[in-house]
Parts: sequence; C-alpha cells; structure tokens
Amino acid sequence: MTQSTAVQPASPAPLKKSRAGPILASRTVKHFVTRVLFALAMGLVLVFFALPLTWLVTAPFDSNPTMAVRWPDWTFGNFQTLLESPYALGSIGVSLILGAGTIAVVLTLGSLASYALSRVHIRGRDGLLYALLLLSSVVTGTAAMVPTFQLITLIGLIDTHVGVVLVLAGGLLPTVIFILKDFMDSIPKSYEESARLYGASPSQILRHVVVPIARPGLAFVAVWTLVQVWGNFLVPFLLLRSPETKPAAVLMYTFYTESGQVDLRLISAFSLVFSVPVIVLYFLVNRRYGFRFHGGIKS
Amino acid sequence: MSVAMSSARVRRTPSRVDDIAGLGRVGAGLFMAPALALIGVFLIFPALWTIYLGMTNYRLTGLAAADPDFVGLDNYTQVLGDSSFWWSLRLTLVFVVLSGILGQMMLGFSIAWALRHLKGLAKSLTETLVLAAWVVPGSVGSFLWLALLDRRGGTLNVLLDSPGTAWLINYPMASIIIFNIWVGTAFSMLLFSSALASVPPSQMESAEMVGATAWQQLRDVVIPNIKGHILTNTLLITLWTFNTFGPYLLTAGGPNGQSEILAVYIYRTAIPGGQLGKGAAISLIMLLINLVIALGYIHLARGKKKRA
Repeated sequence: MTQSTAVQPASPAPLKKSRAGPILASRTVKHFVTRVLFALAMGLVLVFFALPLTWLVTAPFDSNPTMAVRWPDWTFGNFQTLLESPYALGSIGVSLILGAGTIAVVLTLGSLASYALSRVHIRGRDGLLYALLLLSSVVTGTAAMVPTFQLITLIGLIDTHVGVVLVLAGGLLPTVIFILKDFMDSIPKSYEESARLYGASPSQILRHVVVPIARPGLAFVAVWTLVQVWGNFLVPFLLLRSPETKPAAVLMYTFYTESGQVDLRLISAFSLVFSVPVIVLYFLVNRRYGFRFHGGIKS
Repeated sequence: MSVAMSSARVRRTPSRVDDIAGLGRVGAGLFMAPALALIGVFLIFPALWTIYLGMTNYRLTGLAAADPDFVGLDNYTQVLGDSSFWWSLRLTLVFVVLSGILGQMMLGFSIAWALRHLKGLAKSLTETLVLAAWVVPGSVGSFLWLALLDRRGGTLNVLLDSPGTAWLINYPMASIIIFNIWVGTAFSMLLFSSALASVPPSQMESAEMVGATAWQQLRDVVIPNIKGHILTNTLLITLWTFNTFGPYLLTAGGPNGQSEILAVYIYRTAIPGGQLGKGAAISLIMLLINLVIALGYIHLARGKKKRA
C-alpha cells in the first residue's frame, strides 16, 4: 500500500504524455493483480501454519476426537482421562524436575563463571568465550549421542534424572555464560566498590550485591533454559529407560508409537497441557525481551 | 614490546579497576572452575572420546560390550564403503538444502518482507501462528503432522478427498522436508524482520523515488544491507537442520531408510542396532562436518569484515 503511493508521484508520465493513459490503466490492473496474488500467497502461508495447529485446539475438547480436524462435540472429559492415566501427570512432573534441576545447575555455575569473566581481565578471555560458544554449536546432542550415552552408562547415571540434567547443563552452559556475561558487564561497578570498602568478600559481593541487581538477566536465562529442556526429546529419550522416569516429551512419543491402540482423547489433552506452559512463557518473555530471546532457543 | 605495552596498560588502568571484586586471578579461576569442569566433562570430553570409540568394536550388548577390542580404522573403512552411509549423507544434503536453506530461509524472508508494512490483526496473526509452530514441543508438533497426514482419517486426505493416501510412506522425504519448514521458519522470519528494520529508511525512500521496482530495491538496497544477517542465518539454519533429530519422530527414518538422514542413521546404528563403535565413527564424521560449516562461516565473516 505504502509502496504504491510512494512510487506514483515519481512515475515518468509527463515524459511520455501520449501513452500516459494506457500505461496508468495497465498499471492499475497490474497493481490489482499483484494485490490479489499477494493476499492469496499470504492466505496460503497462514493455512500452511494453521492447519496442523488447529487439531491442538479442537481435539482436546472433542468428546470423540478423530485424526481429522473438525468442529468439536464440546467436553472437558478428555482432561479427566488425562488425570486417570498412570504416567501422564507424572511425566509433566518429571519435565518440571529436569527443568528446575538444569536451571539450578546452569544458573549457579553460569553466574559464578560469568561474574569472574566480566570482572577480572584474564588473557584470552574473549577467545575462550567464543571457543566455548563455537564448541557448543558444533558438539550437538545429535552428533555426540554415542559418546554421551557411553559416558553416562560408564559413570552409572543411565536411567537417572541427574545424568540428563548434567548432559543438558553441559550443552547449555556456554550460551548461558555468554548471555550472563553481557548482563554482568552492564552492571555498574560502583556498588561492588563500596561493598568492598566495607570489607565484603568476593562471594558475599556476588550473592548480596550482584545477583540481586542481575535478577532480570537471571530470570531471562531461567526461562530460556526451561524452554530448551521442556521440549528436548533426544537426551532423555537416549538416557532414560523406565516409563516412570520419562519426561513429557518422551512419554508423548511413546503414547503414539508403543501403545497398540492410540487413545486420541488422552493424546490430545496431554498435547495441550504439555504445550501451553511453554507457549505462554514464550510469548510473555518475547514481549519483554524481543528478539534477543530467540538467539539459540531451539538448538 | 609486549612488556612495554602491558606495563603501559597497567599504569593507565590500576589493577583495582581491572579487578573490582577483589577476586584476583586465583579467585577468578575458582569461580570459573565448576562451569568449565562441567563443560569439559559433558561437552568436550564426549567429542574427543568419539575419536577413540570410533576405533573400537564397542557394542551395546554381548561380548564386545564388556571387553571391546581396538580395531583401528576398520569402522571408518566399513562406514565409508557402506552404500547406506552415502545414501544417508545424500538425503541429509537434500534435506538441509530444501528444508533449511531454501525452505525456511526463503519462506522466513518472504514472510518478513510481506509483513514489513502490514500492521494490526493480519500481522500479529501470521507472526503468532508461525511462532506457535516453532514453540510447540517437538513431539507434539510431530504428532500434529501425523494427524494431518494420517492415512485413514487425516485432515489432508479429508480436504483433498484422497482417502487412503499414505503420505508418510509414499513421500517420506517430502514429508519431513515440509514438516521441518513448518517447524523452523519462525527463526528466519524473526531474524529477517529485525534485519529489515535495520535497513536505513532513507536508502529505501531514495530507491522508491527513482522508481525502482520491489525486486530492484531488494537486490540493490536490502540485500547489501543485511548481508551479515543472511550469513549468520545461513550458518545457524544449516547447523540446526543438519543436526535435527525431529524427523525421527515423524518417520523414524523409514520406510526402508528412505528418510534416514544422518542423525537418524547414527541413532539406528548405535542404539537399536547396538553397534556403538560404528555409530561413534559416523558421529565423528558428523562432528567434523559441523566444524567445517562453523569454521567456513567464521572465515567468511572475517573476510567480510576485512573488506568493509
């Protein structure tokens, strides 16, 4: 719209007076056709993205959901099925445990390391940071699945949540340190100076001065970590065996592959309950932090 | 010379400013040690250990599980001589190019370009839908596609009136490519919308003043301005698409390995197949390809900075 209004004053009509009429006419036709094609293309894009998602919104409320999207026969009974399922709620609890555990590890170790990196000049600091970041994007869960599986088996952490948390934390830490160092760099140093004058030790300064000021940064990293862990399929799929230890991401998969009869009422309700927390968190944080949040959200 | 420089720096900035928290080198080291140890054990060590594991006949079960033998480069000759490896590598290449570079990047850019002047409902609706596809956990997203493409009662077969068409069996590669475009386009869309916002409006205006068509504006004004973004996006999308395990949830590599991209091939060789040594050998090849992509990108980015 804006484009056409801006271009028209500059159209070279005065130069070609005799043909101005037909040119303008053909231009409006062309303009009209372009608008229609544009709207059509946008419509197609919308349908492409909306079509699979529609099922997630309709099927959980349908008393007899099918694979196809259709107007639901409204009910909340499917959520009752969810409550009665032996593993469903437990798996969401496991996802929460994995998320909380990873957040705890990543925040503690990450803030210690990023604080030191932000405040003390160590030679090759930037090189180290970039090397770590490069490494974490090269050594992905997929490429390192065999050695990771072997390592966790060897140290006896197979089928434990601790093993999953450690592997996830190791993969996320370089990015966390990178983000947190940015936040730490922006904290004015005068607070720490006065704390030191009163004789505070470095760890006291970190706990009582820096962490409270860096709280938005830490909250940001916590949400980012939770979103990463919540949807992660490969690591728990690889390292956890017994059904009661599996997080929601893996249980969801076993729902539709291992059970002989697919229970769509259970699957649809579970999908929605499992997806809503990240969707809500995501849009909240997205509004607050914008694109910075997306940096490495799904790796 | 370096001594003179460092002493000059010390004089200019007294050590107190450099070390405001009184940590000192040792303290800083202690603060960093736990994080570096965790990264070392669970990120760096596995990568290095792959080199050794790939030279053993480690198996998940049986004799070779308890007492593996060193077999040298046997796994590599076996893998490189195996037509299924090359098949999988070719599928991966097709997958990365079509779903990542062409699909996600082109579609993401087009959406960002189309939305740049739109406001209100149309814009937020599009953005929300594209983002939602990305945010939904992978195992939910893949089930949504299983339902869409279901043979008996899937939405697509109902809409196209083509009952019984088994999309995932007849067109496995096309299915995972389109699925991955659906999942990942959001990132490119977001990156390119913030890139387009950074193009100086004055340049766009003068291009419009001289009557440049949309295509000419794109080629002569927009693309030169967002080259860096395009490069970053290409690197990230290539790495992520190359390493994604998502398609496993949709087709598990089947039917008959027709959609067995490298990530799925490693998993099927090592875990259900039990050949950990061979799996490690393929893993190392994958790590090296990742490294080449990343280093190639750094090289390009440096060259760009030098020329600028």
